[in-house]
Amino acid sequence: MSSPVIMVEELSFRYPDGQTALSKVSFQVYAGEKVALIGPNGAGKSTLLLHLNGVLRGTTGSLTIAQMPLTEANLGPIRASVGLVFQNPDDQLFSPRVYQDVAFGPLNMRLPENEVRSRVTQALAAVGLGGFENRISHHLSGGEKKRVAIASVLSMEPKILVLDEPSAGLDPRTRRSLIQLLGSLQQQTMLISTHDMRLAETLCNRVIVLDGGKIVADGPASELLHDQVLMELHGLETP
Amino acid sequence: MNPLSLKERFEGGQSLFHDLDPRIKVVMSLGLILGILLTPEGAFPAYPLIWAVLGSMAVVSRVGVWRLARLGGIALPFTLAALTLIFTTPGQPLLRLGGLVISDAGVVRFMGIALRSWLAAQAAILLSLTTPFTDLLWALRSLRLPSTLVMITAFMYRYLFTLGEEAERLIRARASRSASLPDQKGAGGSLWWRARVAGGMVGSLFLRSYERSERVYAAMLSRGFDGELRGYNPPPFQWRSVLVGAIPLLAVALIQIMAFLWFRGVR
Repeated sequence: MSSPVIMVEELSFRYPDGQTALSKVSFQVYAGEKVALIGPNGAGKSTLLLHLNGVLRGTTGSLTIAQMPLTEANLGPIRASVGLVFQNPDDQLFSPRVYQDVAFGPLNMRLPENEVRSRVTQALAAVGLGGFENRISHHLSGGEKKRVAIASVLSMEPKILVLDEPSAGLDPRTRRSLIQLLGSLQQQTMLISTHDMRLAETLCNRVIVLDGGKIVADGPASELLHDQVLMELHGLETP
Repeated sequence: MNPLSLKERFEGGQSLFHDLDPRIKVVMSLGLILGILLTPEGAFPAYPLIWAVLGSMAVVSRVGVWRLARLGGIALPFTLAALTLIFTTPGQPLLRLGGLVISDAGVVRFMGIALRSWLAAQAAILLSLTTPFTDLLWALRSLRLPSTLVMITAFMYRYLFTLGEEAERLIRARASRSASLPDQKGAGGSLWWRARVAGGMVGSLFLRSYERSERVYAAMLSRGFDGELRGYNPPPFQWRSVLVGAIPLLAVALIQIMAFLWFRGVR
């Protein structure tokens, strides 16, 4: 196999109040893999995701993203390679209009204007919202906001798509169409933090179980997700 | 009922005024407001003329003269702050109310302030009725307003609605548990207790907003934000729009010149 796109080594993180969120976490993700990150509330999933593009910086340990060690100097290119979709689209969509949000990443990458425009069009088409450019973000439905949030990251053409609880708060139909949408991005390397075991089973070939800030299991989705003892031990359930 | 119904001022439409370059509209409206405020005190013939200019703009933009005039009334309560001028400005006494004397100069001055506020408010409201808020922000940014200010305004606009919904949820949660027993009159405890509940809600709203701001900032960083808001280069001005925008300004300038000349003649 080629070299990994995500390489996390012995990563530990303590919050300023002294609470340990991650302790000695190590894993690798290769190009094209679709990995589910599961674990109970407070396991450190979101904290881990925020490390992948350097929004949070580990207390100890090291990260290498797309062959670049995570350092202050590499933050720009690393953030261009890791597309992080936040759980709450209201946090992710901060511009008044859809277009501005989807163009925000490409503009920060200082791409030329016509390239930005074509990427916005492509990204919105990819999430099935072609023609939504001039809509006002806060008037969209929950499912539409989620799609725009994903488009706002796809427009950066990231090497790794990282999603935090993508199906939380969606109704069953919207959730299904989201799963379909994510499934349609076949080449895309993905890391999905989720409580939705069926989503994990449908989309991912590999599962990492995180509990108490430690990786307690890492293996093929078909095995781990159906290991009833393991799932129940960590507050999870089989799909 | 929705206790915090937020509504956009902007009304879509098709008119010469709606389609005008927002930068020109902003400069024109600021120019109009400045012109209105410079009207000399007591130059009463100038006011209907200025109103005629604003009224023509209201007709062109299909807002309606009377509707705009009514909306401009929003400024009038604020002019009450100037009401004391009636008594304090020295001049010929018109009326005595106990120990207070109303002077003619005071009435003239107060009327001038009220009329100018009403007209200036109409100019501002016409701008907000015909320009989407996002275009206004864009215009301010291309007119070199400091980008931090523009960003703060943009975020305020974006999150006002989210904040309103959050406050609404808190109010609903309180209302749902503001129960009372059948033989009780009304729900809740003393005024002091209710004030404390309301205070707690405000605090909770603040904390939620504060935490949200951190998450929003993280989302911005994740997409490569480095403190500078990027956009496209604004397109060049078109001569036609500049000319259209200049017409009302020239009209008001002409009225002002006449007012100054007239005023001098009177004195």
